[in-house]
Amino acid sequence: MSETIEKLADREYEYGFVTDIEEERIPKGLSEEIVRIISAKKDEPEWLLKWRLKAFERFQQMREDGHCPDWAKLSYPEIDFQDMYYYAAPKPKKQLESLDEVDPELLATYEKLGIPLQEQKRLAGVAVDAVFDSVSVATTYKGELEKQGILFGSFSEAVKNHPELVRKYLGSVVPYSDNFFAALNSAVFSDGSFAYIPKGVRCPMELSTYFRINAQETGQFERTLIIAEESSYVSYLEGCTAPMRDENQLHAAVVELVALDDAEIKYSTVQNWYPGDKDGKGGIYNFVTKRGACRGKRSKISWTQVETGSAITWKYPGCILQGDDSVGEFYSVALTNNRQQADTGTKMIHIGKNTKSTIISKGISAGHGQQSYRGLVRIGPKAHGARNYSQCDSLLLGDQCGAHTFPYLEVKNASSTLEHEATTSKIGEDQLFYCRQRGISEEDAISMIVNGFCKEVLRELPMEFAVEAQALLGVSLEGSVG
Amino acid sequence: MTMLEIENLHATAGDAEILKGIDLTIRPGEIHAIMGPNGSGKSTLAGVLSGRAAFEVTKGSILYQGKNLQELDPEQRAREGIFLAFQYPVEIPGVTNNYFLKASLNAIRTHRGEEELDAMDFLSVVKEKMKIVEMPKDLMGRSINEGFSGGEKKRNEVLQMLLLEPKLMVLDETDSGLDIDALRVVATGVNHLRSPERSMLVITHYQRLLDYIVPDVVHVLSEGRIVRSGGRELALELEEKGYGWIEEAGA
Ligand SMILES: Nc1ncnc2c1ncn2[C@@H]1O[C@H](COP(=O)(O)OP(=O)(O)OP(=O)(O)O)[C@@H](O)[C@H]1O
Ligand SMILES: [Mg+2]
Repeated sequence: MSETIEKLADREYEYGFVTDIEEERIPKGLSEEIVRIISAKKDEPEWLLKWRLKAFERFQQMREDGHCPDWAKLSYPEIDFQDMYYYAAPKPKKQLESLDEVDPELLATYEKLGIPLQEQKRLAGVAVDAVFDSVSVATTYKGELEKQGILFGSFSEAVKNHPELVRKYLGSVVPYSDNFFAALNSAVFSDGSFAYIPKGVRCPMELSTYFRINAQETGQFERTLIIAEESSYVSYLEGCTAPMRDENQLHAAVVELVALDDAEIKYSTVQNWYPGDKDGKGGIYNFVTKRGACRGKRSKISWTQVETGSAITWKYPGCILQGDDSVGEFYSVALTNNRQQADTGTKMIHIGKNTKSTIISKGISAGHGQQSYRGLVRIGPKAHGARNYSQCDSLLLGDQCGAHTFPYLEVKNASSTLEHEATTSKIGEDQLFYCRQRGISEEDAISMIVNGFCKEVLRELPMEFAVEAQALLGVSLEGSVG
Repeated sequence: MTMLEIENLHATAGDAEILKGIDLTIRPGEIHAIMGPNGSGKSTLAGVLSGRAAFEVTKGSILYQGKNLQELDPEQRAREGIFLAFQYPVEIPGVTNNYFLKASLNAIRTHRGEEELDAMDFLSVVKEKMKIVEMPKDLMGRSINEGFSGGEKKRNEVLQMLLLEPKLMVLDETDSGLDIDALRVVATGVNHLRSPERSMLVITHYQRLLDYIVPDVVHVLSEGRIVRSGGRELALELEEKGYGWIEEAGA
């Protein structure tokens, strides 16, 4: 681990991102003391500190019992949790003067993704001029949201301003004891997002971390909580299609969603963390726990994810379908190129009557990429009339990559209906040739075929996201053929 | 300038030599037909001309409008005006025919220094061409060739040809699997493009097509060589007698 961090540091250096600013850091390693310091620094209430400590205790126990979960089809060196920093004050990144100082390769990627110039600057850490004042943009939106009673801001703010809500829902969907990485996150989470949509309110815009002001950097241990009261609706966008500068290697986020009667939450992610180089050096380890609880009758939670980044992705956004007639959806595109590995899928837990879930998973592997779909569909004894439809398709580019499918079905109610379809196909030489014979370049042809393959998922993304995601798929596959 | 000048062309697929010394010159405006038994190398020749990676040119040269063809990628050849109507058009799930044709036309327009067409302009252009090949509208919204009938696939090839307005067209058995009406429609489409600036290489097994698309020259390909060339009456003779007599005569 320390070696990889060093390498990462080297890379930063090589790319010219020098962080020579004094940082406020507490010592390396993980201990009860550290957990207390984090909580104190954030001025947290006693109950939250207690919760963190319980989580920490649990994490320690899990560590003794058997360490990281090893059932996933992933291989990586053991993570040394004592060799990491768990708190660094939000550090002002060295602002660059102009785009000329930015790594040209990064700029080329932004260009291909069609990211507007001002946005490029913001992402690359260049001082932004007054024309694009994201702070004022964000404030304008915030005002509009407040008028409707929508709460949207950082997790820390929510702890300060709405402790009763946080206390009520934190850990109610993903308890700290849920899994190894959730326990770790619960003990040391730094910040994240919080959204609350009151009864009957339809959130008038896509909520995104982007509007949460440019200063907020996604942390290593992020915590997100979204609550949709009765008959409310919200669409939340997470992430960014542009590669972000980030020096943390381990990411262990937790996302919890709660939908009450007739509420709907649509959660979309585009994850494009640094995937490591061609030989698999560096890259983010992304161990995420995301889960939504459809607590209310006729509630609906829909996950859409486009995962193209990270060296390792370990992620199973799921839905607990508690309310009768509730609906869970999972639409996923995961792409692994070079030495990337992904073990991802979903869990659909049917508890209520006539609950319905849909799983559409599209996996694309290129280079030496390795990918597994792992999906659990559980139909509880009381889930009369529950229905699930799963479709898992894999697309391979070249013959050195791999795709694997692990569906788990646990059915305890005979009146349920389950359908599962799986396909594996290859981008054929003849398909590429057909496109090229019509004047379309090989890169564009691959991008076109891959986007065609992912269509059912991409159309679930909000428009502005979908366009960038399409470009991203093409960019991520560059150099994978020929 | 000649459209195409092939000299002593040898090509292999894997370890096997398939084309064993082909000489062929096509001038602008000419239509050449190639006939020949199964496995004689007709599709291989089409593949070599369009730049398929499976084939390797081991000897000889191909000049297209004076340019050395071997230096060009398949997409460059296409943009320079070489069009292959595939014997087996490929299916691409999830990519609509409409999207594909627009991407293709715009890639070629860009190369020609013309402006890209937006969705509306493209639609009006493509509609007009669809009429020529009597193409059902719904085929544009479906995935490329996916679930198309044999005849629909071939019409789609000709539709693309009409859109892209290439200079050298290679038709690989565009007539096979067509009923009489479809054959007439496809031939009408092809004849639309007939002009003093364009040339065609029409690969077929049947003289019937050549009633509609009248060739200037007919060649017989056998075991990787052109063993006989003649006027259109050669096609009639072949239909009558088969290939045996040529092979015997050649031996
Ligand atoms: N990629 C390849 N690898 C190996 N052999 C090949 C390849 N492509 C073609 N061949 C062989 O080359 C020979 C000529 O094939 P080709 O497809 O050019 O014939 P054809 O004249 O078009 O036949 P048909 O009339 O049946 O379409 C055949 O023996 C075929 O098996
Ligand atoms: Mg053939």
